[in-house]
Amino acid sequence: MKYRHLVLPNLLRRKVRTGLTIGSFAVALFLFGILAVVRGAFQQGMDVAGADRLVVVNKVSIIQPLPLSYRDRLARIPGVTQVTFATWFGGVYQDERNFFPQFAIDRETYRQMFPEFVIPDDQWQAFLVDREGCIVGEALAERFHWKVGDRVPLKGTFFSGMWEFNIRGTYRGSRPQDDTTQFWFRWDYLDERRPFGKGFVGWYTVRIADPDDAVRVIKAIDEGFANSPWETKTDTEKAFAASLVKQMGNIELLLLSIGGVVFFTLLLVTGNTMAIAVRERLRELAVLKAVGFSNGFVLVLILAETMVVAAVGGGAGLALAKLFTLRGDPTGGLLPFFYLPLNVIGLGFALAMVVGLMAGILPALSAMRLRVVDALRKV
Amino acid sequence: MVRIDGQGDGSSLIQVRGIDKTYQRGSEEIHVLQGLNLDVDAGDFVAFMGPSGSGKTTLLNLLGGLDLPSAGSITVAGDEITRLSARQLTAWRSRHVGFVFQVYNLIPVLTAFQNVELPLLLTRLSKVERRQHVETGLEVVGLVDRMHHYPRQLSGGQEQRVGIARAIVADPTFLLCDEPTGDLDRKSADEILDLLGRLVQEYGKTVLMVTHDPLAAERAHVVVHLEKGVLVDAAKTRRAR
Repeated sequence: MKYRHLVLPNLLRRKVRTGLTIGSFAVALFLFGILAVVRGAFQQGMDVAGADRLVVVNKVSIIQPLPLSYRDRLARIPGVTQVTFATWFGGVYQDERNFFPQFAIDRETYRQMFPEFVIPDDQWQAFLVDREGCIVGEALAERFHWKVGDRVPLKGTFFSGMWEFNIRGTYRGSRPQDDTTQFWFRWDYLDERRPFGKGFVGWYTVRIADPDDAVRVIKAIDEGFANSPWETKTDTEKAFAASLVKQMGNIELLLLSIGGVVFFTLLLVTGNTMAIAVRERLRELAVLKAVGFSNGFVLVLILAETMVVAAVGGGAGLALAKLFTLRGDPTGGLLPFFYLPLNVIGLGFALAMVVGLMAGILPALSAMRLRVVDALRKV
Repeated sequence: MVRIDGQGDGSSLIQVRGIDKTYQRGSEEIHVLQGLNLDVDAGDFVAFMGPSGSGKTTLLNLLGGLDLPSAGSITVAGDEITRLSARQLTAWRSRHVGFVFQVYNLIPVLTAFQNVELPLLLTRLSKVERRQHVETGLEVVGLVDRMHHYPRQLSGGQEQRVGIARAIVADPTFLLCDEPTGDLDRKSADEILDLLGRLVQEYGKTVLMVTHDPLAAERAHVVVHLEKGVLVDAAKTRRAR
């Protein structure tokens, strides 16, 4: 602590330059935070996937349906302990920009299959007895200021006409990363009203007794329905979520590339700034050495200055990113999981410190190697 | 007593024996100091004079352990500093040498107090003890009332006095002053020279000073002349006589 005044006043010597360097860190780390959030949003399906759940879709395409009759056949496959199903609805609430996922679900099994979604019993019971009932995630309810008892109209797209639902309950996630923007209603209501595709579902989700047995069960399912009019393609829930993300392109590579370029630029900018700062102070550093401060001390002094800049700038950027994400998904439903977890904040801070260290190391080494007599000779 | 013949009896505070300093510039060898001998006793006030390029500052750098000679030895208070490693030399400097520079070399973002405190940060003194030492140092140079001023808020003479306070605060074995009045007007220069004289007279400090100013040199006990890297003469000043 007794060296504190050797570090901080030096940073304030050129306030604009220090401010801009801190700003560079703040912008870079803000961007890092947001990119991490976007990546997290795309990967959310993988992160929350149950290890013991498999997803069964039509082998041709996910938009092709599967017969309801598969439910019982799936349940009989050794290793399968539970089966549920759902169908994508794709309705529009007031405006097409108000996107949110809507699923027609099997009211008898869906809740048991996804225990991470928590619904009060009385609300679930109310949902079971109302043919037009629906359950909405709490984020979705908050977004449209819905409450239990409200009536919600959706304009059908695949299934034409106006569809009206009564909100009978809301669910919350048991983990921060759980998606609470979904809208569930009863599949039997959909099947009754739709003019085509009766007796078909969008996909099945099955629970298996032993996650280590997934490969065998997947094979058994797909072989069981081979050569039928509706062949299946089964995956673990995680692989299924990953394949959905992959359909949008290599998001991961894109985000990493952007982040990489930003951090590399930050490294060059900060390194150059620190090099200038050291060059301006050669005499002072020489005096420190002359009075007995060691080369190692001078090295640490310069690194400490860079690290303080990195910590302040990085911390500010991450704090801003966190504040930004607290407002929730800014895309109107495309990125329901818009959340900056603490471990990512920690990673970002560590990254800022590493960049600070790397940016400072060359100027610090040159300061360390400085010959006192040479530096004092330069006026 | 100052000798330049190398015939000292070994009791002197500073003993320089046959030092050479050579620089290589391309294929050319430049001999800055050649076969130089010097003995300085504790409590001496020595002025080094000579034309530019005669090796005065190089000699001061060698005596202060900032540079190493190409040949020869330097012994200060029993330590042969020419045998010390770079790391040992750094530690040695912090204990034995107080530097006073021509352009003061104060750190502009630190107050007078903090500048003077710098050498004490290398000691094990507590904060309270450091404060006492710094206040004493500033009292000696008459700047206690300016301790919280930054260098830009001080005159050139005051800055140099802060520089002297920094040089003496850790109670070094000797002071090396490289043209301490070179950037000052006559009045301020006289004040600084008075101060250096007091340090020798009242506090028994040993002071080695490089100067171009004959009036400044006259304040010393002995003036040593260098020419082309050789000590040619050591004469007592009128003041010493």
